Amino acid sequence: MRYSAYSIIKQALSGNRLWTPAWREPEPKPHYDVIIVGGGGHGLSTAYYLAKEFGITNIAVLEKGYIGSGNVGRNTTIIRSNYLLEGNIPFYEFSLKLWEGLEQDFNYNAMVSQRGVMMLAHSDGQRDAYARRGNAMRMHGVDAELLDRKQLQTLMPYLNYDHARFPILAGLLQKRGGTVRHDAVAWGYARGADMRGVDIIQHCEVNAIRRDEQGRVTGVETNKGFIGCNKLALATAGHSSETARMAGLELPIETHVLQAFVSEGIKPVVDHVIVYGAGHFYISQSDKGGLVFGADIDYYSSYAQRGNLATVEHTMEEGVSLIPGLSRGKVLRAWGGVMDMSMDGSPIIDRTPIDNLYLNAGWCYGGFKATPASGFCFAHLIAKNESHHVSRFLRLDRFERGHMIDEAGKGPQPNIH
Amino acid sequence: MASLITCPHCGTRPKEEFSIRGTALGRPHPAVSEEDWHRYVYLRDNPKGRYQEYWHHAAGCRRWLVVDRDNVTHDVFGVTDAATFGRVGE
Amino acid sequence: MTSYRLGNAGSVNRGQPLTFTFDGKNYKGFEGDTLASGLLANDQMLMGRSFKYHRPRGPVTAGSSEPNALMTIGTGARSEPNVRATVAELYNGLTAVSQNRWPSLTFDVGAVNGLLSPMLGAGFYYKTFMWPAALWEKLYEPVIRRAAGLGKLAMQADPDRYEKSWAHCDLLVIGSGPTGLMAALAAGRAGARVILVDEGFRLGGSLLSESASIGGVSPADFAAAMIEELEALPNVTLMPRTTVFGWYDDMVFGAVERVQKHVGTPSPDLPMERLWRIAAKRAILATGSEERPLVFGGNDKPGVMTASAVRTYANRYGVAAGGKIAVFTNGGSGYRTAADLVAAGVDVTAIIDARAQSADAVPDNVRVIRNGAVVSTKGRKRLEALIAERSGFQEQIACDALAMAGGWSPIVHLMCQRGAKPVWSDEAQAFLAPDVGAAFIAAGSAAGQDRISACLKDGATKAVALARELGFAAYEMNIPEVEGEYDPAFAPIWYVPGARDKAFVDFQNDVAVSDLGLAQREGFRHIEHTKRYTTAGMATDQGKLGNVATIGIVAGMRGVSPAAIGTTTFRPFYTPVSFGALAGTSRSEHAAPVRTSPLHDWAKKNGATFVEAGLWHRSAWFPREGEKGWRDSVDREVKNVRRNAGLCDVSTLGKIEIFGKGAAEFLNRIYCNNFLKLPVGKARYGLMLREDGMIFDDGTTSRLSETHYVMTTTTAYAAEVMSHLEFASQTFWPELDVRFVSSTDQWAQMSLAGPKARAIISRVVEDDISDAAFPYLAAKPVTLRGGLKARLFRISFSGELAFELAVPAGYGEAVADALMEAGKDEGICAYGVEALNVLRIEKGFITHNEIDGRTTPDDLGYGRMLAMQKADFIGKRQSSRFGLTAADRMQLVGLKPVEVDKEFMAGAHLLKEGATPSMANDQGWVSSVCHSPTLGHVIGLAMLKSGRERYGEKIVVWDGLRGKEVAAAVCPPVFADPDNRKLQE
Repeated sequence: MRYSAYSIIKQALSGNRLWTPAWREPEPKPHYDVIIVGGGGHGLSTAYYLAKEFGITNIAVLEKGYIGSGNVGRNTTIIRSNYLLEGNIPFYEFSLKLWEGLEQDFNYNAMVSQRGVMMLAHSDGQRDAYARRGNAMRMHGVDAELLDRKQLQTLMPYLNYDHARFPILAGLLQKRGGTVRHDAVAWGYARGADMRGVDIIQHCEVNAIRRDEQGRVTGVETNKGFIGCNKLALATAGHSSETARMAGLELPIETHVLQAFVSEGIKPVVDHVIVYGAGHFYISQSDKGGLVFGADIDYYSSYAQRGNLATVEHTMEEGVSLIPGLSRGKVLRAWGGVMDMSMDGSPIIDRTPIDNLYLNAGWCYGGFKATPASGFCFAHLIAKNESHHVSRFLRLDRFERGHMIDEAGKGPQPNIH
Repeated sequence: MASLITCPHCGTRPKEEFSIRGTALGRPHPAVSEEDWHRYVYLRDNPKGRYQEYWHHAAGCRRWLVVDRDNVTHDVFGVTDAATFGRVGE
Repeated sequence: MTSYRLGNAGSVNRGQPLTFTFDGKNYKGFEGDTLASGLLANDQMLMGRSFKYHRPRGPVTAGSSEPNALMTIGTGARSEPNVRATVAELYNGLTAVSQNRWPSLTFDVGAVNGLLSPMLGAGFYYKTFMWPAALWEKLYEPVIRRAAGLGKLAMQADPDRYEKSWAHCDLLVIGSGPTGLMAALAAGRAGARVILVDEGFRLGGSLLSESASIGGVSPADFAAAMIEELEALPNVTLMPRTTVFGWYDDMVFGAVERVQKHVGTPSPDLPMERLWRIAAKRAILATGSEERPLVFGGNDKPGVMTASAVRTYANRYGVAAGGKIAVFTNGGSGYRTAADLVAAGVDVTAIIDARAQSADAVPDNVRVIRNGAVVSTKGRKRLEALIAERSGFQEQIACDALAMAGGWSPIVHLMCQRGAKPVWSDEAQAFLAPDVGAAFIAAGSAAGQDRISACLKDGATKAVALARELGFAAYEMNIPEVEGEYDPAFAPIWYVPGARDKAFVDFQNDVAVSDLGLAQREGFRHIEHTKRYTTAGMATDQGKLGNVATIGIVAGMRGVSPAAIGTTTFRPFYTPVSFGALAGTSRSEHAAPVRTSPLHDWAKKNGATFVEAGLWHRSAWFPREGEKGWRDSVDREVKNVRRNAGLCDVSTLGKIEIFGKGAAEFLNRIYCNNFLKLPVGKARYGLMLREDGMIFDDGTTSRLSETHYVMTTTTAYAAEVMSHLEFASQTFWPELDVRFVSSTDQWAQMSLAGPKARAIISRVVEDDISDAAFPYLAAKPVTLRGGLKARLFRISFSGELAFELAVPAGYGEAVADALMEAGKDEGICAYGVEALNVLRIEKGFITHNEIDGRTTPDDLGYGRMLAMQKADFIGKRQSSRFGLTAADRMQLVGLKPVEVDKEFMAGAHLLKEGATPSMANDQGWVSSVCHSPTLGHVIGLAMLKSGRERYGEKIVVWDGLRGKEVAAAVCPPVFADPDNRKLQE
């Protein structure tokens, strides 16, 4: 059912009784052209673009829980393309462009809100580093502005200018960055994929990957039985190592937990996405009024979707240090997202050494903003067997070749990227 | 695990005293193959469940420890000094 | 009169009247009131507006699950939004204002949304506001944002302070109702260290609200006696006003104590709130149970409350929730409420019982409508009547309050925060606590016990068992006799059919049963989908009140048991916690410790301007009279160093003492260059790599004896390098005999640089420091005149003849003074890190501007330092990968503007002449820039693709971000003294 002003009024007049399901609940067929493991943002967008852009519709998305139960439903909803390196900028910019047209494209309001992402600099060195980044963005045609302290004081008067331990000197602003209503992204893609014939199969857990004598993947064993496929695509970030292990693959990934938080609803006070440069704190305010924020990962490996108190406290310390007025606000809820932390902090969209097996992994804490481009590029790879040009650097073998994409410059220690 | 760690040298201490490095792996012999070096530096078993991880008692005895724990339940099975943790490739 | 203060009921202190204001109007209450009970006593039932439809709302509860009665308390910087009036302790002078209404609580324009509700159902916004596309951010979103949100956050700096503390105990008891008190006393008497925590400002929990006789006294008196005994036990700590908000790993509980939230004028000597991390060996969850609202048409009218709330207002606060109160019940709670009201002299108009029959005692003269249902309510800002239906016949019953009793849900939140899901019980018709192991157990009504007597017994029994487990002697508790308790059993009714108005499951978020139905029809069938699509359970009460009904109703719609639906995920925080409490003292200037060098005071008295460098405050430049800005000072300092001499504080560089027979071998493996044969008395520059072949840090290491070295690191990486050395030593090569001590804070270190440096320092040092005796890179212990032992290094970060002198920290200032005095005639000056930076750029020395974690030694022109013939060093094996050795890697070069009066800045990128800016054309970037007073123009260091092959090439320094484009010539990165003649002087 297409959503329009007409459909809403018509439905309202008939007591909202005739709305139809946003997606079907089909039983799996014995065989698909493509099986996508993982009904999160990336898996669903992959299915959507495969069907819409690449003409492949005989697809199943297998989700062990409910769709969107992973990180697409537990993040801080930020979109941006303010990256530094050649391997990342074109990819994230492509993603941002897809975000900009997404709602019209899939006829679903995901509340894409380009309210601006501000990264604050607290030392000369950091300002120089942000200038380098801003210029890299501009070189690629991405919007970036460098604001000085005075401009910041006008734009964000509530920041801690007078009593900061680390002075606020400058800010790198990407106006086109912003936020998106996260759940709606999963739902919009699911609905769009379903309308094009994709089977979204929830509560379907993959237990094994079946391969033939030549080692080629032929399908998956699930709690709903064997399902065959020509191509198998893994989009299970957070659990990529576990799914890849079923095919005997070891990945350059450790799994870590990142906490995020939401405050009680309050009237609008924070109009941008703000990133604290003297720590890892970042914050925005949802349309409902809750302040949505986070900071560091918990640093130890964890597959549990929950964090520890020390990190909670540290997050609030940074938050109140940056925005003193938060102090008397109240935090409502904390949650933990389980992430693939890759060895250089950048993701992987690539074929694997195993025939018919495709991998989408390693999203660290940046997976949400990548959702459209990740799906598009992964679909491109699956359909054409070659990388989309904007994801051509995001290769699995880049570590062996020495072509890491190390935005943070921290080297092969996943928990500090 | 995430709240309290029992350091074999200092006793039970809050997590804030420690820093964490990642999977506890033995460094290979310098002469092993490129592939083995690549595996050591970049590839991780990353199991869901029992897991050995390097922790540093940075605000305590300054010893590197191996915390043997479950990364789903966060139960700790044991903490040992890293110097006694087995090395491979030799 | 509708709601009013009862003559003589309750335990508020009538001898202590309090005045307070709500929306500017004055009211009177008593000590012991909550804000809500105080308002109700003054017939102020309307306390808030709902989130979406701005419907008028009154309190539904008398506790922490309150969704409606949210207010902003206090003024100015002390104002706090979204305070639940039902738990806010009344104090003299309290000011409260209502929220989410405009222009006023009684007349709220936003209520127009209610008229549009057929179009504003669950998920409406996902289907609309898309046309035209451009209008979302410009029109729709701003309007939605303004209408949304609850209270206003003042966004001012908090005038109060907060603190944190650890607490340790054998047994933590959470909740001080009948279960908790008995548990605490039982374990306390057995000798265990007990902490008893309760979110209320008065201990006693439900005992304060119930009517019965326990051991011959009222529940409140019984609680008082228990508390008196607990207070007398030295091993028991009582913590009222303290909410346990989270259960974390290893039995650590997070709790927040509201130390001064109930005080009109907070004392500056006390924190506003205190965060507790409670490490408990065992814990008992004695949090009781929550009474469920009933879901019927018009169930959100101000005046509709849970029966237990009505009872609490009457029995504890002495307030009648209405003048004519009706009861709608599915169990004993409704009857007990009616009985208590009748006993207090309140008019109970009818009991509408959803069940056909029951054994509950009916108070005299109260009408009971069995098999009845409430299908609608009348009134706008206050309940005026209800429409009851029985057997198809409807009847209007006048009432100004309605007590609804929908059954009980154990409060198991904390136990479910770590992944365990509560378990549905058909018998209890509720979700019960999961089994989370023996260390943390639920007791009393949190464990599904329904009567006071059972709770008393359960609390005592379980605490005794836990204490015994911990090795304390068994203590036999006498369980007092309870008389007159009621049977709270109920027959669940999730949804009252025949509703003629919206029937709400989530009051604050305005989620009605119709929304749940719509979500099911649209495929949002998983309970998490239902929640996220409708927002049921996402309000500030996090579904405490409505979630079980939501689950029951969805189960009913789907024809399955609530067990098949399951719950949504429980996560911290049990109730919202302030940022302030969680942040504690580490905020603003105290966000991180400040490190100052031993030469800080020396720099200060020499007029230094300081700059933050990590945790350090470093002297940046030393302005003198007549200088117009920092550039003047820096230029002067640089020139003076090159001409005469300057003294710079370099104490912040990391210093690590390295000892042991294996130290030489260890350093040889740590650095990529050779260190094995460094002679005693010599310093050497070293590059440390990460295992991936990239540079980690650089610095000099000096050999002071066969088995003693001192390493310097960069200021920024001092701690990381120390950890790195320990890691390598302890995990890679434990067989090497080597030990480390960080001595950064033990030494004051100063660099004396410039052509006159030797002349000056020789006046302070006794030893022979002629070039022959103390050549470039010499590093030796020396004696200062007067006998002080020091270390002297002939190393330079400026390109000038330079000495670094290290003295024990306490002598730093005196020695620096002596050097300044000794250099007076030679024209010595103090110089800061800005001049140091200029000097090093002129000399082409690198810092972490260049070492950004992505550079190899060869990138920086140090390829020869890679001693690949060594058997092993960290980073060796990954250094030869193609990506690290490719010819087009970016390499360190120098940049000079083609026109000398043109300037460029660090962070600019590089383009070939005539090339359009694009990623493909990006040739590199500028890492460090300064104005060189030596050359008289700007110079820069840059990373340029194949840079070393491109000396002499004209290149564009492109700074689109700051609107600048400057032509520059590529040159070698050393601008001053490329042949190192000065170093050798």
